[in-house]
Order: sequence, then structure tokens, then C-alpha cells
Amino acid sequence: MTEIIQKVKNLSIGFKSKKGEEILILRNISTNIKKGETVGIVGESGSGKSTLALAMMGYVKQGLYTIGGECEFNSSNLLKMKNRDLEKIRGRKIAMIPQNAGQALTPNLKIGYQIDEALQLHSDLKEEEREQKISELLNKVRLPSPETIALRYPHELSGGQQQRVAVAMALAGTPDLLLLDEPTTGLDVTTQAHVLELLNFIAKDTGTSMVYVSHDLGAIAQVSDRIIVMYSGEIVLEGPSRDILKKPIHPYTYGLLKSIPKLSLAGLPQSMPGSQPQPGTMHRGCSFFDRCDFSEEKCKSNSPQLEYLEELNTSVRCFNHKSLMNDSQVNQTVNKIKTSLQDKEILNISEVSISYAKQNLLDQVLNRISDDNPTVKDININIKKGETIALVGESGSGKSTILKSIAGLLRTKGGVIKFDQKRNLSSDLKERDPNDLRIIQLIFQNPDESLNPNHTVEEIIAQPLKLYFGLKGEELKKNIKELLQKVRLGEFYMSRYPRQLSGGEKQRVAVARAFAAKPDIILCDEVTSALDVSVQAAVLNLLQQLKEDFGTTYIFVSHDLAVVRAISDRVAVLYQGRLCEVGPSKDVYQFPSHPYTEVLLGAVLEPDPDIKPKLVAEDIVEEKPPQKGCSFQGRCSRILGDICKNEIPPWQITNSGNSIRCHIPLKELQKDQIN
Amino acid sequence: MLFLIIKRILLGLITLFIVSLITFVGTEILPGDACTTYLERQAFGEQLEACYRRLGLNVPAYERYVSWAVNAIQGDFGYSLSGEMPIKEVLGPRIKNSLVLASAAIFIGIPIALILGIVTALWRDKLPDVAISTVTIFAMTIPEFISATLLILIIAIWLEWLPGIVIVPTDVSFFELLPNIILPVIAIAMIMTAHMARMVRSSVIQVMASEYVQMAILKGVPYWKMVFKHVLPNALLPAINVVALTIAWLLGGVVVTEVVFNYPGLGRLVIESISNRDLPTVQALAIILASIYVSINLLADLMTLMLNPRLKTLQIRK
Repeated sequence: MTEIIQKVKNLSIGFKSKKGEEILILRNISTNIKKGETVGIVGESGSGKSTLALAMMGYVKQGLYTIGGECEFNSSNLLKMKNRDLEKIRGRKIAMIPQNAGQALTPNLKIGYQIDEALQLHSDLKEEEREQKISELLNKVRLPSPETIALRYPHELSGGQQQRVAVAMALAGTPDLLLLDEPTTGLDVTTQAHVLELLNFIAKDTGTSMVYVSHDLGAIAQVSDRIIVMYSGEIVLEGPSRDILKKPIHPYTYGLLKSIPKLSLAGLPQSMPGSQPQPGTMHRGCSFFDRCDFSEEKCKSNSPQLEYLEELNTSVRCFNHKSLMNDSQVNQTVNKIKTSLQDKEILNISEVSISYAKQNLLDQVLNRISDDNPTVKDININIKKGETIALVGESGSGKSTILKSIAGLLRTKGGVIKFDQKRNLSSDLKERDPNDLRIIQLIFQNPDESLNPNHTVEEIIAQPLKLYFGLKGEELKKNIKELLQKVRLGEFYMSRYPRQLSGGEKQRVAVARAFAAKPDIILCDEVTSALDVSVQAAVLNLLQQLKEDFGTTYIFVSHDLAVVRAISDRVAVLYQGRLCEVGPSKDVYQFPSHPYTEVLLGAVLEPDPDIKPKLVAEDIVEEKPPQKGCSFQGRCSRILGDICKNEIPPWQITNSGNSIRCHIPLKELQKDQIN
Repeated sequence: MLFLIIKRILLGLITLFIVSLITFVGTEILPGDACTTYLERQAFGEQLEACYRRLGLNVPAYERYVSWAVNAIQGDFGYSLSGEMPIKEVLGPRIKNSLVLASAAIFIGIPIALILGIVTALWRDKLPDVAISTVTIFAMTIPEFISATLLILIIAIWLEWLPGIVIVPTDVSFFELLPNIILPVIAIAMIMTAHMARMVRSSVIQVMASEYVQMAILKGVPYWKMVFKHVLPNALLPAINVVALTIAWLLGGVVVTEVVFNYPGLGRLVIESISNRDLPTVQALAIILASIYVSINLLADLMTLMLNPRLKTLQIRK
């Protein structure tokens, strides 16, 4: 077990800036990967973790170059090796599983060919043997009917299936070291849990060493023996994973763990101030100095060295680790959310159905949508003023579709959306008057795309103020300043462009723009999923604060159940565009619950090696909701039989006011559920 | 798939119908008509009437359109005014000549463009790229009437290697035509090749930067295998449409080049018939050029559809 297979020595990688300065992405990294172990590399975007993983294959991205140090594999330095020699190592000795398999599979080549290519290059098998082997590999990654999958093109598979193909392709060369670059980011929670379980199985089964790169401590906790924490191009903490997750002795890791919302805790986690410095802006001293709660005067001018602590088998880069060591149990404190719920209905969604079906000519003439099995159906939710209601579900569950209809971006097929019990909003965007548009605002997932890159922050926020309130001149400026203050951005941000802001700052601008319209309802579409963990907590806290100040109602869409748990008053669980369960969040997260909620909750990954995900159902992807019966029948592990296939389940209401739509009686439902 | 093809053909036919209407209406509202042009100063009284009767211009416009269209579908475009011969016979050799010119340019230009594009992309920012890119940008920016004139000056007049302008009868045989087309082909191919090479270059560069190419490298696929298997099929797909447009442009007659070299192709016929106010010929040309564009674009779209597995399955599913 102690044989070292990859040795990284004093590795520095960087690029030349336009001014000719050398800017470092990786700074003096040294670490060893031992045979058979799984090492997790964790860090926020821009911390250099992917660059490090690629360097371990002797690959340096275009525009970057090696400044110093080496990556030693089989006692030769990969970074100095010729391409011809690297071709013999890549795929055969060291293989990569990419982040986004959908992008990483060549679109014009069949799955079978792409795996066969790896086999041709890295094994001596004959053609028939290779065919056999392809089936074996696809079987190993648990893809159904390997023979047909091999004949498909990448785009004909679902995200989870593509990721499995990428795993099969990496395993084709029976590598000694597998590098995984965020292999589950972008997959649904349930799929993610399944893929991780598969990787764990493969690591045990083949004895392959793995380097698992991720920003997600939850995923890292499930797979790794050892964890390396990176911060702005440096290793700040390295050690056995249990110790690092339970007793982090570096302030950054400590803060990071505290800022992750947990299923077991209702309320908002504490946020870490600031953000990671951009490469090239680092000054003397510790790079974490600005954000550190434990900093001292000497941290400002002296950079701490990575120090190996024998008794803990851990390396840490901090002057103060001793004081943290005594008191570093992550005692997560959360800011309990105040409910500003009022007893007044603000939005009434009844019997709403939405269809993406194309209208044929007759339908267009009659101005109707005929589709007996629409994407979204039978949605009944009444939302109270000041409430935060969350819509959760996997991709394809219709949660964003419902948001679009409320916003007026998508026509409903049937049903009524009513605002304030009188104004009918079922109509199209074009038919709404300006005030109807003002009362509902949207915040999007990705601020890079939702903010116009050619507008300054001032112009972005001014738009709704001018449009809805006709503000001009000094008055307009005053309002913009106030809004910026509300989202905790200084006045000097007014003249900046979105590209000059960090991800968190951009999302704050998007929040300010939404609030500029003084809306009654704000629709939040995955607002934190593009953000780093430490920034996510800050944005959630900000949203909560603004809600308390303005009495706004939030409709919050997210796939992250822990985030939903932290911020919402009520949760609606959707599967295939049909409601499964609606109830107060504290009750939805308790049992009894709908079998689908159970699946979702079981798949949540917590940054704790002791809490393992529970895989209840298969992660099959269904393309269309079933014609009749329960929407979840295809994946339900507790299916009763014909009744589930033929009849739409009734609503059952628990004592706490939680509604569950299932044929299984409540008592039964509770009995076998994992608790 | 079949449904899609039929739909596209129908759409193409509608386009042609609209083009024919526009040209018909256009020639109709112009002051003067075929007879006034033909008779010049004698265009009055008895003679004009006689001319109208002879050309069938005395019936209402829509009737003329219908009878013209019915004949045109059968390949009969009526009589040219200038030579008083059937337009069919005027067009025939011209189309053949343009076809010869275009196919020569295509067979020389496209392979060269592909090779140059791929080479410049693979050796991006290295010497081959810098050298070739400079030349292609140069070739792209010089207007063809200048490059054509320079070619005539250097190769025909100074070096006396090839004839400078084409002085042959329109219906000359292929082999007699051959030495005459070398200079025009060079002039056209230069611009066309340069454009296409730039297109291919940027497309290949884009694919080279994609994640699946990075993945192929990390899989240990040897460089040239990666280029041929993973890069080129994906990079050249979007080039098909550009190539198609270029071919259509070539077949439609490269007006300026044909005029400079006095080449008896479609392009020169366009200029001639417009300056002669030979309206029936202009009409016929408009329809023929439009059909060339429509059919070649249709072919290109179908080819993309066949070669791109993504689009193919999407269509089948629907």
C-alpha cells in the first residue's frame, strides 16, 4: 500500500500576462499519490485543482506552461516527456474521467468505437476479443443492454449514461491511476450518488489509485481516503479525510465546512466573507489573510509554509493551526430564519398544466394546445405573502417550466394563475400590463448570462427603475446607490462591468436588479448553483435579509435539497411535471414521505464520511411522463401493482399538514422508510 | 427524413415562384418594354402594334405571366430580342462554358482550400500558419478585377505564356476552350480558396479547443489519428454549407471575372442582356440562377443531415 505511483515535486504552472509578468496558477505543489488510495483534491473555482490533475497526466492546457518542478510517474518526469512517449502512458497507465462527458465524447463517433479505440491503443486484444471486452466494460459500469449502447452516438444517451461511458473508456486501458475531474458535477443528485457508488466499487475491485477533483466536499467525503485542500494555487491542508472533515485545522477548510448547508439543520449557514484572490493579485503574506477569522499581524506580511505534523499525519499551511487544533470541531451554527409569513394568499396556482408540444396548423388557427399528456399537469399551489416556497426535483421535473409560466415566458395549456386573488396571470407575457410584469421578477442561475456584458452595473440596475418608476437624474442615482448598499456592494461598483466582478458579486447585482422593481414575488431559478460554496452561503443570507426587510415572497427552484432545507418555509416535490408532495419543509424532511422524496433525500451527499447516501431507486431516465397512473411508477421501489399504473394517486394529509400523493397508506408509508 | 426532403423541395419551388413573380413584375413596371427597345425610334403606330402582336404583348400581364411560366417549366423561355433566336439556344452553350469554368475552379480550389485551412489550423501561430494566412488574407482583399488584370499583364502580356482574353466562339469545343480558361480559373480560385481556407481554419481551431479533443489526447490517441478521426469530421461539417454557397456563386457566373477575360459564360450574358434591355433573357437568367442557388443549398443541407448523426436521429425521432 505504501508504493508511491505519482510524485509531484515543487510544481509551479503559470502564464505570462499581457504585461509580461509571470502569473502563477499553481505554486510550488508537492504531494505523493500512493498505490490503491483515493485522494480528493478540493478547492473553489480558480484554486488550480484541475490544472494539477491534468499536470499529473503530463498535460498543460494551451496558454499555460510549466515554470518549475516535475510530475514523476515510474521515475520519469511526465512534463518533460515527448508526446510519443506520453501517448503510451495516457489511457494505459493514467486515465482521465472528464467533468462533462457530454462534451468530452466525440459527437460523430459511436460509443462502441470510442471504447474500442482505447482498447486498440492500449491492449493486444484481437477484434472479437475487443468486442467482448466492450460489452464487459459497459456491463461493469452498469449500463443496460451494452450491445445496443455501443451502437449509439453520444448524444443519444442521458447525462448519467454518458458519464458511465466515460468511466468505461477510462477503464479500457486498465490504468494504475485514474484522474477524475469533477466527474459528477452537472448530474442529478440521484445519478451523482449512483456514479460515486460505482467509482467506489471500481476502486475496491481493481485496486486502482484515484485522484478525485471536486469543489463538492460532500462528494469528496464519500470517496476519498486522503484530502488535499487547495486555495489560490497552493496546498493549504493535506491529510486523512476523516480528520480533515471532522477536525479541520486550517481556517479556510474550517470556514468552508461551516458554510455548507446540511440536511439535519434548518437555517442558514454562516458565510465566509470575501472571495478567493485572482491569480496575479496575490501580495505578500498568507493568501487567505483577508478572509481569515484567526489572522494575526504576522499573517499579513509573512506567508506560512506547509508544515507536516507527524502526530496527525497532516500537512497544514497556517501559523495558527495549534489554536484551531484545540477547538476545531465544526460546530455549525446556523442563523435561524425568521418566517415573515402573512395570512394572505398572494399567488394562486390551480390546475395548471403546461405543454411543450408543437401546435399543428389546426391548433394554431383555433389558438389551443392539444396534448393529452402535457409536460406539467395538475399543479395546485397556493402561496402566501412573505413565504419562501421551494420547488425541488431532478432535471426534467418541470420546476423551471413552472417558473417560466409564472413569469409569463411560457403559455399555460390550462388552469389559472391568479395574483392577489384578483389579477389573472394565466396569460402570455405580451398580454400582461407593465404592473403585472413589475410584481414578478426573476433571478437566474447564471449571472454571467443574465447580465448584459456591455452595460455597467449602474445601467443594469437603472433599467427597471426607469422602466417601472420613470426615475431620472439624481433620484435615479440615489436609488441605485441604496440598492447597491442593500446587496452590500460599495458605490464604486456603479461604473464597473460584469466581467470585472466575481461570481458572487455578479449574483448580488442580479439580486439588486430584481429588487429594483419592488416586486411582490421573486422567482429564484437555481440562484446559487453556479456559485462557490463559500459564496453561496453569503448570497442565501442576503436573500433572507432582503426578504425580511421587504416582505417579498420567494419561489425558489433548486436541485440541492440542503440549500432548500436552509432557506424555505415550504417545499413542493415534483416528478415528471406532477406534484408528489407539498408541505412545510420541516415535515417534508421527516418521514413519512413520498417514495420519490425518500429517493431524493437518500441521495444527498453530506461532507461527512459517516453519512453514506442511501440508494433507493434506480437512476433511470424517463423521457415522458406516463400516460396514466402515478408519475413515479417507473422508478418506485414500493410500487403496489396495477393501482399505481392505472389510477392517479390521491392526496393524503399527515397530522402536520404535509400532503403526499401516493396510493400507499400513510402508516404503511412510514413503516419501511429509512430513518 | 423523406417528409423533410419533400418539404424542403416544396419550399424551394415556392422560392422560385416568388423569384419569377418579382422578376416579371420588375420588368413590367420598368418604363418601356421589349418592343420600344427593339424598334427604337420607330416605336409608334402600326409598327409598334405589329411588334406587340408578334411578341404577344397585347394581352393582359397576368395572362402573359401564366403562359410564360407554363412554357418556362417546359424549358422554353421564348425568344431573345437581340439575336431573335430561342433563349434556350442562347443559354445552352453559356451554361456549358460557365460549368467548365466553375468545375475547374472547384476541383482545384476546394482541395487546396481544405489543405491550407487544416495546415494553418494545426500549426496555428507557427511559421506555416503565419505565411499562409498572410497570403490568404492578401488574396481575399484584392478585388478580382485587379488580380485578373494583373494576371493578364504578367502572364499574358509580359511572359506571353497564355492568351490574355478569350476570343473564341461561344459554342467552342471543350479542348479548344481549355488553354483559355487557365487564367480565369486562377483569378476565381484565388479568392474562393482564400475565403474557404480561412473558414476551415477557424472551424478546425474551434474543434481543436473542444473538450472531446482534449479527451482524445488524454486517452493517448496518436496525433494524426486524432486529427483524422476526432477533429476533421466535426470541423468540416459546417464547411459544407459554405462550400455549397461558393459553388452556387461560381455557377451563377462570376460576372466581373468573365467580363475582364471576355469569357462567354452566364455572367457575361447577364451583363450583355441587361445592357441590351433583352428582358426575356434577363427573366430566364434570373430563374435559372435562382434554381441553381436553391438546388445547391438543398443538396448541402441534405448532405449535412446525412453526415451529422445528431441531426439524423433527431429527424428520425420526430
